Amino acid sequence: MLGLTHLQRLEAESIHIMREVVAEAQRPVMLYSIGKDSAVMLHLARKAFYPAPPPFPLLHVDTTWKFRAMYAMREQAAQDAGMDLLVHHNPEAMERGINPFDHGPLHTDMWKTQGLKQALDKYDFDAAFGGARRDEEKSRAKERIFSFRTASHGWDPKNQRPELWNLYNARKHRGESIRVFPLSNWTELDIWQYIMAEGINIVPLYLAAPRPTVERDGMLLMVDDDRFPLQPGEEPVMRSVRFRTLGCYPLTGAVESEAATLPEVVQEMLLTTTSERQGRAIDKDEGGAGMEKKKQEGYF
Amino acid sequence: MALHSEDRAYRPDALIAEDIGAYLQAHQNKGLLRFITCGSVDDGKSTLIGRLLYDSKMIFEDQLAALEADSARVGTQGKAIDFALLVDGLAAEREQGITIDVAYRFFSTERRKFIVADTPGHEQYTRNMVTGASTADLAVILVDARKGVLVQTRRHSFLCQLLGIRHLVLAVNKMDLVDYDQATFDAIVADYRAFAASIGVEDFTAIPLSGFKGDNITAAPSAETPWYAGPSLMQHLETVEVGNDIAQTRAFRMPVQWVNRPNLDFRGFAGQIATGVVRPGDAVRIVPSGRTSTIKAIETFDGPLEQAVAGQSVTLTLADEVDCSRGDVIAAAENPPEAADQFEASIVWMGEEALIPGRAYWLKLGTQTVSASIAAPKYEIDVNSLEHLAAETLSLNGIGVADVTADRPLVFEPYADSRALGGFILIDKLTNATVAAGLIHNALRRAQNIHWQALDVDRAARAALKGQQPQVLWFTGLSGSGKSTIANMVEKRLHAAGRHTFLLDGDNVRHGLNKDLGFTEADRVENIRRVGEVARLMTDAGLIVLTAFISPFRAERELVRGMIPDGEFVEIFVDTPLQVAEERDTKGLYAQARAGKLPNFTGISSPYEAPEQPEIRIDTTRMTPEQAAEIIVAQVLGEWSPTL
Repeated sequence: MLGLTHLQRLEAESIHIMREVVAEAQRPVMLYSIGKDSAVMLHLARKAFYPAPPPFPLLHVDTTWKFRAMYAMREQAAQDAGMDLLVHHNPEAMERGINPFDHGPLHTDMWKTQGLKQALDKYDFDAAFGGARRDEEKSRAKERIFSFRTASHGWDPKNQRPELWNLYNARKHRGESIRVFPLSNWTELDIWQYIMAEGINIVPLYLAAPRPTVERDGMLLMVDDDRFPLQPGEEPVMRSVRFRTLGCYPLTGAVESEAATLPEVVQEMLLTTTSERQGRAIDKDEGGAGMEKKKQEGYF
Repeated sequence: MALHSEDRAYRPDALIAEDIGAYLQAHQNKGLLRFITCGSVDDGKSTLIGRLLYDSKMIFEDQLAALEADSARVGTQGKAIDFALLVDGLAAEREQGITIDVAYRFFSTERRKFIVADTPGHEQYTRNMVTGASTADLAVILVDARKGVLVQTRRHSFLCQLLGIRHLVLAVNKMDLVDYDQATFDAIVADYRAFAASIGVEDFTAIPLSGFKGDNITAAPSAETPWYAGPSLMQHLETVEVGNDIAQTRAFRMPVQWVNRPNLDFRGFAGQIATGVVRPGDAVRIVPSGRTSTIKAIETFDGPLEQAVAGQSVTLTLADEVDCSRGDVIAAAENPPEAADQFEASIVWMGEEALIPGRAYWLKLGTQTVSASIAAPKYEIDVNSLEHLAAETLSLNGIGVADVTADRPLVFEPYADSRALGGFILIDKLTNATVAAGLIHNALRRAQNIHWQALDVDRAARAALKGQQPQVLWFTGLSGSGKSTIANMVEKRLHAAGRHTFLLDGDNVRHGLNKDLGFTEADRVENIRRVGEVARLMTDAGLIVLTAFISPFRAERELVRGMIPDGEFVEIFVDTPLQVAEERDTKGLYAQARAGKLPNFTGISSPYEAPEQPEIRIDTTRMTPEQAAEIIVAQVLGEWSPTL
C-alpha cells in the first residue's frame, strides 16, 4: 500500500482545518489577496466542500493599489468557485487619498490593517481564513493554525492555545475572532508544486513577460498605471520581469527573468540565493520584529 | 568542519539546472517526516536545527547576511555564526535567549520533506513539548556529551513515549568538546539503554554529533569519528521507516466532520480518514448508533475514487438514508470501535489554573465534543523520577492518571492504537482555554445504552441519556390542600439531585394551553386529558413530570394513568380535610364560592372524588410541607431511581 506524498498530506490537513472551521464557527470568511497562496487556499476550499461551493464568502481588503491583472483575476476566481466576493475599502484611507508613494508605512496600516479590522467588524465575521505560511517569516513559525484575536483584533503571542494532534479548539467569546491559517505547514516550493500538479490559475504576473519598469531604491517597480509619479529622469523601460510575491504594485519589486512557464519559475526560484520576501518592502520596516509588531496591531 | 565563506551560499541541486522537469517529478512524490527535537538550551538544540536547515540548503544569502550581523551583535558563539539565532523567532525570546513556544521549521532533501517541531526543554515548558510531540513521527533527543543522560533526558524520553512516538534518536551532541571520544559516547549510550528499557522504549538510534562543527550531520562517519559505523543524522531522518502506513492496516474509521448537503439529491459525509482503507461497496457501521450501510462512492473534486486511505480528507456517500452527523464515526461494519462514557486516561495539564476534580470541562475527541469531568487523579507522575505520587489535583505541566466521565458515550480507541480516536483535549467552559491533553488508556465500563444493533432514539434512549426513570408525579387534592407548595419543594429537591424535571401547574396551564377552557364538568375533563397528554409527551422525552391539579374526578385520573406506561404514574393524594382547606383559604376562593360567586367549585358546589389507592398519601394535618416533600423524594429516588 502506498503512503501519502507530502503534498497529499498537506492537502488533507488543510481540508480538515477548513471543515473544522465551517463546522464550529458561526460566520467564517476567506481572506482573498489574489496571490498564489490565496489561489491555492481557494482551490483547497473548493475541494473541501465539493460538490457544494465553499459555504463562506471571499473578502478582499483592497488598497486600490493592486496590479490591474490582480483585479481581473479576482472577479473570475470568485465566479469560478461560485462564491460571493466582498471588497472592502477603508473609507478614511479613501477620503484622505492614502497612497504608497506619499504615506509610507501609513499606507499599509490604514488600507490593510485598519481596513481588515473594519471589514471583519462590519460583517461580524468570527473566523477568517488567511493564506500565511509558517516558512515565510520567523514570527510566523510560532503562530498557531487557529490564532485568536481579542475583540479589538489584538494578538498575544504569549497567550496562544496549545494545538495537539489535529484537534482545534474553536471556542471563543462573543466579539472575539479567529484567524485560521490552513496553509501553515506549506512551504513556497509546496505551493508551486501544487499549483502545477492541480493546474491552478494564477495571476500572469508570476510569469516573466516584457513590462514597463523603473528602477528605484534598488527595486524594480512596474509602472502599472498612470498614477505612478515618475521622478525627474525616470523613464519606464520595458524589461522581461516577473514577481515572486504580489501586493500593492508600488511596493512590490520585480525580478528580471526569462522564466515564462511554471517549471521555469520554480527552477529560477530554486536556483536563486535570496529568500522569498526580499522583493517586498513591507517586512523591512522597523527592523527584524516588523511582522511581529504588525500582527500584534492586527495585521494578518 | 568550521565554516568557510565559500561553503555558505545556498547551492542548489545540479538537477534543478539540468532538468527541472525530472527534479519536480522526483520531488512531487516525496514522503513527509514530522519530528520533534528535545533538549535544553545548553544542549545545542537550536544550533542543531539551524545546522540542519543550513546543510539542507534552506538558508539563503540574505538570511545568512542577517544571521552574520545578528551573530556579531547578540550571538553567543564569538565570531562564528550562531545558528540558534536562525530559529529563535519571537522578539521576547530573542531578548531572553531561550525559546518559549513551539516553532515549526521546514526543510527538504531529495528524499523527504521534513517538518520539525522545535520546543523548549525546560520542565516549565512540558506542555509545549507535549504539543510538539503530538504530531511527531520521530523524536531527536539531545544529550550534551560532556554531561551524559540527565534528568531532563529522562523527562523528554518519557514524554515522547507517552505521546506514542515510536522512533527515538539519541543525539549525543557536542562531541567536539569531548575530543570525539568513543568511550564517552559508548558510556552514554549504555546508560540511556538501561533507562529506555525501564520506560518501555524498545529501540533507539544513537548518533555522535557536533551541531556546531557539523560532524555526522549530513555524512557519516565524520573524519573525527572513524569509530562510528552508523548513519548520519540526515541519512537516518531520510530513510527511517516511520510506519505511517501502519494506520492503513488497521480497521477503517472516519470521524464525520461535516455533512455536505448542497441539494436534496446529495448527502455526503466529510471527514479525514483516521485509520484503514475504504472502497465503494464496503459495509460500514455508524457509531454510536450502530446502523449499517454500504459505501456508495468516495466523492472528490477530481472525480470519484476507487479507494481512499488513512490520512486523506474525503467525502463519502452511503447507499442508505441513515442518520449520521458530526461526531459520529463511520467504521468497518464488522469491526467497529467501542463507545463508552467512562475512561481511564493520562492527563497532561496545560492550564494556568489547576484541575478542579468534578468540574465539567468540554472534552473534544475527534469531531465529538461533550461535557466531561475528571476525577481526582489516581496518581501524578514525577516527570523527572517517573515516580507515582499521590495527588489531589494537577497543575500546569502536571501529568497524572485519572478517570474521566463524559455526559454521553464517546466513540474512542485506546491512544496506543489510534492517536486520532484516543487523544483528546479539555477546554475550560468559562475561559475557553485549552487546559489539558488526554490520552485514553481504556474504558472503565462499556456504556449501557450502546447497542450494536440499530437503535432508534426512543423514550428508553432519552431516559437513559438523562440517567433516570421518567415518571409522572400526579398531585391531587382540594384547592388549598398544599399540592403546588409540596410539588414545588419536591421539584427543587429532585433538581438538586440532578434529575431532569418539569412541573405542570394548574395556573400555568390554564394561562396558556388550556386558556380556552372553563370550569364546567366537560371542560374540567378536557383540562385533565390535555394535561395527561402533555405529561405523557414529557415522559417520552425522559422527564420526571410533576402535576398539581385538583383533578377531582377519579375517572380522569385513571384515564391519565392509562396513558402512562405501567409503574410510571405515581398518584399522590394531598389529603387535607375540606374544613382545613377552607380555613386556610390562601387564595380567598372558598369565601367567594360560599358567596355563590364561583360556580362548580370543588368541595362546595362540585364533588371531589378522593383516590382509593394512591401510591402516596400525604396527610397535611400531620406533617409540614417539607416533611411531605422529603417522603415523596425518598420514595421517588429510592424505589424508582434506576441503577445507574
